[in-house]
Amino acid sequence: MNNSVIVVKDFRKIYGDYVAVDGISFDVRKGEIFALLGPNGAGKTSTLECLEGLRAPSGGSMRVAGMDPARETHKLRNLIGVQLQSAGLPESITPDEAMKFFCAYHNVTPRFDLLERFDLTGKRNVQFYELSAGQQRRLVLALAVAHNPQVLFMDEPTAGLDVATRVELHSVMREQQAAGTTIILATHDMAEAEQMSDRVAILLQSKIVNIGTPLEITATGAGLTKISVRTQTSSLSAPGIMFPAVSQHKLKDEYYIYFSSDIGPTVSAIIAHLAAHGDALIDLRVERPSLEDRFLEITNSGVVQ
Amino acid sequence: MNAFIHHFTFEFRTGIRNKQLLLMNYLFPLGFYLMMGFVMAEINPPFREDIIPAMVVFGILAATLLGIPDPLVNARENGVFRSYKINGIPSISILVMPALTTILHLVLVAVIITISAPLLFDAPSPVHWLNYVLIFLSMAIACAGLSVLIGVVSPSSRMTVLWSQLIFVPSMLLGGLMVPYKMLPDIAGKFAQLLPATQAMNAFNGLAMGKEAAFSPWGSVIMLLISGILAFVLAVYLFSWDSRNTTRRGHPLLALLVLLPYALGIFLW
Repeated sequence: MNNSVIVVKDFRKIYGDYVAVDGISFDVRKGEIFALLGPNGAGKTSTLECLEGLRAPSGGSMRVAGMDPARETHKLRNLIGVQLQSAGLPESITPDEAMKFFCAYHNVTPRFDLLERFDLTGKRNVQFYELSAGQQRRLVLALAVAHNPQVLFMDEPTAGLDVATRVELHSVMREQQAAGTTIILATHDMAEAEQMSDRVAILLQSKIVNIGTPLEITATGAGLTKISVRTQTSSLSAPGIMFPAVSQHKLKDEYYIYFSSDIGPTVSAIIAHLAAHGDALIDLRVERPSLEDRFLEITNSGVVQ
Repeated sequence: MNAFIHHFTFEFRTGIRNKQLLLMNYLFPLGFYLMMGFVMAEINPPFREDIIPAMVVFGILAATLLGIPDPLVNARENGVFRSYKINGIPSISILVMPALTTILHLVLVAVIITISAPLLFDAPSPVHWLNYVLIFLSMAIACAGLSVLIGVVSPSSRMTVLWSQLIFVPSMLLGGLMVPYKMLPDIAGKFAQLLPATQAMNAFNGLAMGKEAAFSPWGSVIMLLISGILAFVLAVYLFSWDSRNTTRRGHPLLALLVLLPYALGIFLW
């Protein structure tokens, strides 16, 4: 806990009669990329906004870089960077002006190198509303990291971005992480969360239902691994064939697909079967359950422990 | 100071870049001034005596009431204020900066009108220049404050139009720009004293243009200044960083307190 940059204990956020977040606790360690996942209305944005000091918690406690975001808002400003879900910049501001403007309020030298890094050099004097969605998002990110924040909050960072820009943005996130920045992101993109995050918290019905590394989270589910097999003579098509640990199977595009809870015995048995029937492998693929599979499993079950 | 300069520079440029603001800051006031100068001065020659103060007051009304509130509402609705809050930009800067830059645009417009009207329309120049500048600044502060307050309390762009027009239209009709205050019926005159335009025209007449004021001209200057400062104080107090945040320090109707100095002025002067 000593190297925790963000500590949240029994945090609650209530709007009138609506409980948006109901007593969640977690911590984020220095240099970690931590993802908040959950369906719409699960409480991700409320949690982020309270951590950013935009709203006050209804209960519990929060510390960000040692500060209480609700009470030490001014001290926190230079310690955090935020990429909001909405653009959050005036329509007529240019990237050059925005960089000077925000850096001046953070009392740091404008980081025009970041505009180059984010491929905005040719757009430095173009008004914000004339930039494409990707360029707008890159500018907002450049501004968020220009004062070298200890903690970077990102709300849906890659929504609406093309593949190349997503890759670029992920590379910047990695650079920031390598420089010691702690990143906390809220996203719907499971692949992004799985690829980028060191740890993930899944929110459902205002509570955290699972927290851990993507591997730990996928391992806690039903854990069915997908085994796809294609053979030369289709010996697997014979009726009544059973393999150990397989709970269901299907045929798709000449592939026999098995869902196994224990891949070792299953794969061994399939290979033994092929050898016994004079068949040969053309292709064999083993796919672990993804974070998305596990997320869907949790959200579809709707069970909050 | 560096932050102030960058913020001011950006806001000032916005007043020219943004087509709506360019229209309200320059094109509408100067176009209306030329039209009134060429048409009204021919139809009604005594209007020449009022053309400079009337068109300067019109410029202030257009640039502030029609130019300031809507961008404030749009910025709040689009999350710009949230972004500002996160980056440590104080609410007072957000509210004061559009007012200051609009006043600078108005200075340029006022200079153009004040210099060109005697040449183009044979209009009399002010006789007390210092008072002229003081009254201009008092009116600009009063209207800028009022406009910022409208932007803060209006829940939507449509409401800014409603509130702004509630001040702008009566100001045009009763504020002494088109019809001299002394020609108004008594009841209409009392109502007109609630309008900054009436106070400004009264002060211009009595203190800057060498004419007779209908009521205390210094009282008008004091009311404009007090009302302007009160408007900014109320705007800061009622300011909300975003529309989704339901916690506001006071009810928006508190904004009506901005008319209190004018109401008191009716009884005092």
